[in-house]
Amino acid sequence: MDEKNLQEIKDLVLNYVIKEYIDEEEEKISYDTPLISSGYIDSFSMVSLLVFLENKFKIKIPPSKATPDAFDSVNKIVFLINQYL
Amino acid sequence: MSNIGSYEEKVKNFSWSISENELEYENGKIINIGWYCSDRICQIGKAEKVALYYEGFDGIEKKFSFNDVRLAGNTIGTFLRNLGIKNEDRVCLYMDRIPELYFSFLGVLKIGAIAQPMFAAFGEESLFIRLENAQTRAIITQRKHLPKVKKVIDRLPSLEFIIIVDNIKSKSLGDKEVSFNLDEASPVEKMEIFPTSAESPSVLHYTSGTTGQPKGVKHVHYSLISQYLTSKWVLDLRENDIYWCTADPGWVTGTSYGIIGPWSLGITQCVLDAGFSAQTWYRFIDKYKITMWYSAPTAIRSLMKAGEEAIKGFNLSSLRHLASVGEPLNSEAVIWSEKYLGKPFHDTFWQTETGSIMITNFPDMKIKPGSMGKPFPGITAANLDPLTYEPILEPGKIGLLAFKPGWPSMMRTYWNNDEKFREKFINGWYLTGDRTRIDDEGYFWFIGRDDDVINTGGHLVSPFEVESALLEHPAVGESAVVAKPDEIKMEVVKAFITLKPGFKPSSDLELEIMNFIRKKLSSLAMPQEIEYMDKLPKTRSGKIMRRLLHAKEWGESIGDVSSLEND
Repeated sequence: MDEKNLQEIKDLVLNYVIKEYIDEEEEKISYDTPLISSGYIDSFSMVSLLVFLENKFKIKIPPSKATPDAFDSVNKIVFLINQYL
Repeated sequence: MSNIGSYEEKVKNFSWSISENELEYENGKIINIGWYCSDRICQIGKAEKVALYYEGFDGIEKKFSFNDVRLAGNTIGTFLRNLGIKNEDRVCLYMDRIPELYFSFLGVLKIGAIAQPMFAAFGEESLFIRLENAQTRAIITQRKHLPKVKKVIDRLPSLEFIIIVDNIKSKSLGDKEVSFNLDEASPVEKMEIFPTSAESPSVLHYTSGTTGQPKGVKHVHYSLISQYLTSKWVLDLRENDIYWCTADPGWVTGTSYGIIGPWSLGITQCVLDAGFSAQTWYRFIDKYKITMWYSAPTAIRSLMKAGEEAIKGFNLSSLRHLASVGEPLNSEAVIWSEKYLGKPFHDTFWQTETGSIMITNFPDMKIKPGSMGKPFPGITAANLDPLTYEPILEPGKIGLLAFKPGWPSMMRTYWNNDEKFREKFINGWYLTGDRTRIDDEGYFWFIGRDDDVINTGGHLVSPFEVESALLEHPAVGESAVVAKPDEIKMEVVKAFITLKPGFKPSSDLELEIMNFIRKKLSSLAMPQEIEYMDKLPKTRSGKIMRRLLHAKEWGESIGDVSSLEND
């Protein structure tokens, strides 16, 4: 995947996370902000994020790979997605 | 030797006066949990002892002595009193696990008002239902949760004050909003503690049942008597312990044993305001040298899943005693913790309604992995025959778990719902809604719920509440919600739905519905899976047969289907 595509995916995931899971408008979320360990997204909500990623990118992420650590930042999520694209 | 010493001896000679005497409480006198957890600890010479080590997800660390806790409780209590909050007014605590949450809890109790802790991940509808039912007068919250409060404020005429603990000066305040910043407020050295008595209401926690809306479980200040002694005898808390209760005070464990128990004993506790991650948790134990750890089976199973590799590099040798609550603790988890953490987890069983631990594997007692343990001294527990409601004396036979009423922390009623409260008692027993068996050594074993309530990760979710919320989505025609087995969380929410004409099943629609429920109710209530059906199984009278769907998920026999509607 080239840099341009990678950046587009990062932005798409980041914007979705902000839109769906962050209540406060001013909260500063970056590609490296911890999402799970910070409590922004809990283990229950992680399932909906997984469904979003699978739908959006037409991929199937095995349950064993969809771990809290693998979902803990936008950069980590994109790294995970990249393995199944 | 553990604090309880000989279990058999304590059972034989037990009286709740043991707890009353240690707390120097005399029948008929003032008893105020807020005072007992702060002022009294200072009075007995522990003012400078650390009460709380706090660490936020952003790495911010704070430390508070018992005197700091006392002053913070006074300051918040006085602020509320100056707003006009009176005894028995309900004050909702809607915050992450920040220090202000813990101090507000005490401040509310000190003025005789009722603390209504609320899980911060609750969505606006869950919040609305609970605030409306309690006719809550004030809510203490953070900016990040304000948007959810604003969405329901117009429907809550009783709610007069929205107190924001982290408002910034550049942000103007909206209707009913009040700013309170603990760091900037002048500490209140002395305040008049409201003279609450044993039966004065203290805490209102909401819990879910199979049908109807969540019910507010009303507790009183006398609950301290149970919470103090169970913390001492079951959690085995000792003077030099560093204690970590991982529960959020939005749930009863987080107040009974995340505030009241440890602080009434003058114990140092730690709070980590961060989501779950095995590495983060192990680091936290290592860093603060945690000695007593009270957690939940879901977390333990998540740690097991992370594997022993995750433990490497951390020193967990400070751990002295471990306990678990929220759902049945499987035997594998007990064996795993003994092997990798050096100590076994001790299961504890209790409910929002019981207010304190009822059945447990005690320290120094032989643990039977997978069992609930034995009743706390002074607690009469029984396994009742489901037809006669008489205790089953034969070991191994499955019955309904029940307790003889009368322990100090028993709920006093459901808020505005005495009828539902009375329904919990039959033949002089309080029915827990759980099924158990008792073995020939007197150990209790959990079998399952006696109703359709879903226990997901230790949190109870009402299928009725989720089904009702699903019907509010424009695409959903009918809905049925059941528990689905889950390796980590024991059970998760699964929804079966039919669609209204014009809508087609798709994974995008599934996601939309999941997010709809998550925002409306909470992430816990969000179906982790949605299955589209052409029609739902119903009785001839039109009632959805939830049990058939449940049986399908659990691979069980579907039983009698004679009442099933034909095509």
